[in-house]
Amino acid sequence: VNKQYSFPTQGGETRPSRCPDNSAFKQQKLPAWKPQLTIATVLPSFFLTGAFCLAVGVCLILVSACLFLSQIDYSDKCSDCSKLRENSSNWNKECYCSVNFTLKEDILGDVFMYYGLQNFYQNHRRYVISRSDAQLLGRNVNRSYCAPFTTYRNGTPMAPCGAIANSMFNDTIDLFYNLNSSAIQVPVLKTGNSWWTDKNVKFRNPKSYNLSSAFAGTARPPYWHKPVYLLDEEDERNNGYVNEDLIIWMRVSAFATFRNLYRRVKRIRQFADGLPAGNYTFRISYNFPVTKFKGRKHVILSTVVWSGGSNPFLGIAYVVSGTAATLTGFVITAIHLKLRKKKTYFQK
Amino acid sequence: MYSVLEKHFSYGRRKLCAGEENWVDSRTIYVGHREPPPGTEAYIPQRFPDNRIVSSKYTFWNFVPKNLFEQFRRIANFYFLIIFLVQLIIDTPTSPVTSGLPLLFVITVTAIKQGYEDWLRHKADNAMNQCPVHFIQHGKLVRKQSRKLRVGDIVMVKEDETFPCDLIFLSSSRGDGTCFVTTASLDGESSHKTYYAVQDTKAFHNEQEIDALHATIECEQPQPDLYKPLGSENLLLRGATLKNTEKIFGVAIYTGMETKMALNYQAKSQKRSAVEKSMNVFLIVYLCILISKALINTVLKYVWQSEPFRDEPWYNQKTEPERKRNLFLRAFTDFLAFMVLFNYIIPVSMYVTVEMQKFLGSYFLTWDEEMFDEDTGEGPLVNTSDLNEELGQIEYVFTDKTGTLTENNMEFVECCIEGHVYVPHVISIPFIFQEREDLFFRALCLCHTVQVKDDDSVDGLKKNQLSRRSCIYISSSPDEVALVEGIQRLGYTYLRLKDNFMEILNRENNIEKFELLEVLSFDSVRRRMSVIVRSSTGDIFLFCKGADSSIFPRVKEGKIDQIRSRVERNAVEGLRTLCVAYKKLTAEEYSNAQKLLQNAKLALQDREKKLAEVYEKIERDFILLGATAVEDRLQEKAADTIEALQKAGIKVWVLTGDKMETAAATCYACKLFRRNTQILELTTKKIEEQSLHDVLFDLSKTVLRHNGSLTRDTFSGLSTDMQDYGLIIDGAALSLIMKPRQDGSSGNYRELFLEICRNCSAVLCCRMAPLQKAQIVKLIKLSKEHPITLAIGDGANDVSMILEAHVGIGIIGKEGRQAARNSDYAIPKFKHLKKMLLVHGHFYYVRISELVQYFFYKNVCFIFPQFLYQFFCGFSQQTLYDTAYLTLYNISFTSLPILLYGLMEQHVSADTLKREPSLYRDVAKNALLRWRAFIYWTFLGVFDAVVFFFGAYFLFDNTIMFGNWTFGTLVFTVLVFTVTLKLALDTHYWTWINHFMIWGSLVFYIIFSLLWGGIIWPFLNYQRMYYVFMQMLSSGPAWLGIILLITVSLLPDVLKKVLCRQLWPTATERIQVKYFFIVKVVFCITSL
Repeated sequence: VNKQYSFPTQGGETRPSRCPDNSAFKQQKLPAWKPQLTIATVLPSFFLTGAFCLAVGVCLILVSACLFLSQIDYSDKCSDCSKLRENSSNWNKECYCSVNFTLKEDILGDVFMYYGLQNFYQNHRRYVISRSDAQLLGRNVNRSYCAPFTTYRNGTPMAPCGAIANSMFNDTIDLFYNLNSSAIQVPVLKTGNSWWTDKNVKFRNPKSYNLSSAFAGTARPPYWHKPVYLLDEEDERNNGYVNEDLIIWMRVSAFATFRNLYRRVKRIRQFADGLPAGNYTFRISYNFPVTKFKGRKHVILSTVVWSGGSNPFLGIAYVVSGTAATLTGFVITAIHLKLRKKKTYFQK
Repeated sequence: MYSVLEKHFSYGRRKLCAGEENWVDSRTIYVGHREPPPGTEAYIPQRFPDNRIVSSKYTFWNFVPKNLFEQFRRIANFYFLIIFLVQLIIDTPTSPVTSGLPLLFVITVTAIKQGYEDWLRHKADNAMNQCPVHFIQHGKLVRKQSRKLRVGDIVMVKEDETFPCDLIFLSSSRGDGTCFVTTASLDGESSHKTYYAVQDTKAFHNEQEIDALHATIECEQPQPDLYKPLGSENLLLRGATLKNTEKIFGVAIYTGMETKMALNYQAKSQKRSAVEKSMNVFLIVYLCILISKALINTVLKYVWQSEPFRDEPWYNQKTEPERKRNLFLRAFTDFLAFMVLFNYIIPVSMYVTVEMQKFLGSYFLTWDEEMFDEDTGEGPLVNTSDLNEELGQIEYVFTDKTGTLTENNMEFVECCIEGHVYVPHVISIPFIFQEREDLFFRALCLCHTVQVKDDDSVDGLKKNQLSRRSCIYISSSPDEVALVEGIQRLGYTYLRLKDNFMEILNRENNIEKFELLEVLSFDSVRRRMSVIVRSSTGDIFLFCKGADSSIFPRVKEGKIDQIRSRVERNAVEGLRTLCVAYKKLTAEEYSNAQKLLQNAKLALQDREKKLAEVYEKIERDFILLGATAVEDRLQEKAADTIEALQKAGIKVWVLTGDKMETAAATCYACKLFRRNTQILELTTKKIEEQSLHDVLFDLSKTVLRHNGSLTRDTFSGLSTDMQDYGLIIDGAALSLIMKPRQDGSSGNYRELFLEICRNCSAVLCCRMAPLQKAQIVKLIKLSKEHPITLAIGDGANDVSMILEAHVGIGIIGKEGRQAARNSDYAIPKFKHLKKMLLVHGHFYYVRISELVQYFFYKNVCFIFPQFLYQFFCGFSQQTLYDTAYLTLYNISFTSLPILLYGLMEQHVSADTLKREPSLYRDVAKNALLRWRAFIYWTFLGVFDAVVFFFGAYFLFDNTIMFGNWTFGTLVFTVLVFTVTLKLALDTHYWTWINHFMIWGSLVFYIIFSLLWGGIIWPFLNYQRMYYVFMQMLSSGPAWLGIILLITVSLLPDVLKKVLCRQLWPTATERIQVKYFFIVKVVFCITSL
């Protein structure tokens, strides 16, 4: 009874022996691997890393060398159209322009068509947050994060809402193959260009018996020419929110210069192996104004391999770091040998 | 029966009428609440607290607000709170969750810890406050809870019970009005002390008599000084235990929080380690970086936006309120938003991790079986884990001698009477000076405060009191026990103190009785004690024993020279010597002395000072009898420990109250001084010959001349050819040095003294008063290099220096537990200091410094890409990483590996550290947290961040059609892997736990990312991470890029490590290589 009474608890006269455990953990004697970063252990790793990087780098360079890439800036070539678009009151006037180019060789394999934008700050924070994923999932949403493109003054909600959707790229680019003075339209695929999960899970149309009724009570975004349920009138499964042009646009780019996949060449008839050599024409319906923010527009044709598109960076980076690692390896060896000689000299 | 006994005595014999100013510092207590009828006297009822002990900080109701308030007083927590609030108020890029959740976590963990501790205190308080107490009400014994006790209540305490409050001892069941008390739980002294009932009331033996008492007590207001002799002889203190007495009565005078125990129970001032200080400096640097980053971005944002096509292009319009907002307000909000965006550079989790590392890490110290002492059954105690790493930074060790370097296990060696030496084991002792000899032995038998354990009731011991060996002596001073036991072997046995009569069994087996008249108890200033006794023949003697320096000046006759030479010889051999003297008092002299003593004892103010004056008057004109010598053996491995500490570059100072010769001998024995050490003396004797000024200048000339001629290699340590200096200084000389001079140039001597000390490998300070020990520590601590000091001691006299030094270590020794209780760490033996500093301290320091640097590094890596990204997103505060990654980066993806590193890392084995004390120099002076190291880590972080960001940038440039979140995820993946692998590169000790944590946290990151991107999360308003991680992993270039970037960011660090190790290896690394090869060779041999 009295033991509990003493106020500072450690003041007792008798205390039980507190001999500690003898476990390896408590004695900090757990069996352990004790690596040391000595020259002997590190040298091989430098050479190995160097060799590996060089090998990969050379492979990458070789692979990307046989890739095809053609990038055409059409914002100047269509100067008439771009001037027209500078004035927003002309928004419903159609404007077409054509861009010619020549392929000297056949392009074999899958050919991808991209549109590219420059100086378009898709990654600006105000822009990035102005979207509603819930709406694009086909849900009915009350709360919205789409400012300043949420509703019209009269309260009609925009579908899809937000600055991203509102500014969707709306040029139409068709590719023609000029064979013997007759222009053959190159057949292209509109679908299968976006992530499978985006197309099938992340973007859903509201449920209704038909698409236009699903979007009843909503209005198109102010900069659009047509409502969302008319994005692709030919293909029901590529219409509304699940339209792949919209899906791809909605994936905001990381930088102000970016390209998005637009179409793939459908490999049928004379295009079964890719694009044959010859003269081609891009026929562009010019809708998207870029001059106001000093932007540029490109159209790009490219083939793709496993290591990505035709970006030389990876290959060069691998080669450079491989070379650096190998050189460093040699330098360290030299230092090591020099020091060892000195040491043995002293020992003698 | 109800004879009203009207009796007013006042404790301290002072009347209430002394005036207004005295009212404050004294209190009047009416025994048994018998207040005078109103009107009789100017009676102002005083209010006293009840007897509730409250050691808890919080109550149920105020816990949340008070605890929150205390936590947010820490600058770091406050900073995070501000960030959180800013996030709540303004529109910021990251959700408040990212900083709120970690902060909540930190605050909750701390609150739970503190709440639990407080709950324990509540429980202890309740147990104490509800403990039953007997007290007297209307002549009857009543049981009540302890907390209901009031000042003035009369309490009965039975044997082995603890006093419930501070009591005035009224009467005892023992006939002589005494009781025995042990104060083990107050100051650790387990000896029985005798207390005396108040003379006027000691006859009241039962409840009715006591109840009838009418009396007032006037006493001082409560004072916290526990280290003064424990109150007066009839004040029983709360916490002490009644022993050997059936029951006592007492009246409560101080209750509850006013008891001495409660007043002394206060938190020690918080010590902060050097690592913590540099951590705070780094924090400020990072705070500056943070602010400048935010400023730069804010300015650039407005420069960039000055062109309207950038500020508000057609595709990205502002909302109406945004347009209308004032420019300055907008700029300020932007600044705050950038702050919030980059605030992760100062991570909340660092504080938690550091604290957990310290707390958990300290267990390894207590678990160490090598630091466990079998004899005492004690292991090391950690009273604060805040200073773990400081153990690896010690530059000065101040050690006490007795009980720390030595065993404090005294053995009587010899005595010298009138110049003739007597050794206890030699049987034939010539009796030449019969009269002086008798007096000498009687003096030793009588002049002490030893108690004999009453072993009548103890069954294990023999009952025959006359048998010489059966007595067990208890005393707070082991010297006294050794002396009394030694005298027993010479034929004189001290039997007991009974009814104020001391009984001695002499050589002829006759019992002699002496009446004990006065005890002039020992104190460390006087360094002597005396008793006044009356022999059976009626002669009154004053016997005195004490240090030679305090006895010789008071001696008027005796063989001073012979005895002095013997004392000096013994002291040189390292023995503890005491001189014994006596004088005969006439009855008149005695009554004078008694009167003086009585007055002084009863003084209410300056009692100590008055007593000292009286002692000075009484203790003079002695006749010298002889001297004793007691041996105090060195503790085992004391010499080895000191040698190791010196090799580790630590300067060892011995601070002792002992005399110079004894202390110097001990220093030689424990190798603090070596044979070739040149001893410099700065003692009173020398100063008497020359002036202090000259002595100091001579010494400094000697020391400096030598150093000037030699190029001093500070790192080679104790080179053999270098002259070693040892300094001896005594207390008086020190106080001269410390004393400010008339002309105000006080710093002068101190500087000179410090200069001399700095060049001495060992310093011995002898004849130190406890406060002087602290003074020395403070002097060194505040000298211009600001070295880290450690004080180690075992007794109450070391407490002041233990509290003063950066790290205070107590030896759980024989002189009670005061030192251990006031220390930061307590160890059973001095030898354990070696492992504690060289192994544990070194480990703790290496671990925590890596932890701190790594934390800053990984957050630079984390946040710098975010900063760079602003240049590409129009300074719009767009985050690079997803909210989940921002939140969890510091909490879960990268926290456990570094915590584990902080607990387990051993860059060299513990055995090596112990074998090679010089490795301690590698980490001295905060070596791993210097600016160079800090800048290296920061630049490494910036480099890695640049590699991550621009690597990913060029990878994304024009090729991959992934969005911004994929970009962020790619950078983040590279970041998590690089940062974790960097730690893996730094780990030198891979147990299965390390493997589990490092690879486990990487696997956890991958699993988390798969899960986070694998589901459309219903509660989120965005689904931006959906399938991002999987999509990234399914792309070849991303894999190639991740591998390349990780390699590129790790290689430079590997290169730096290898080159540094090759070109400028530290001692530790040399040893690492050495043992690495030894192991390899052994392995090769065995495999052959």
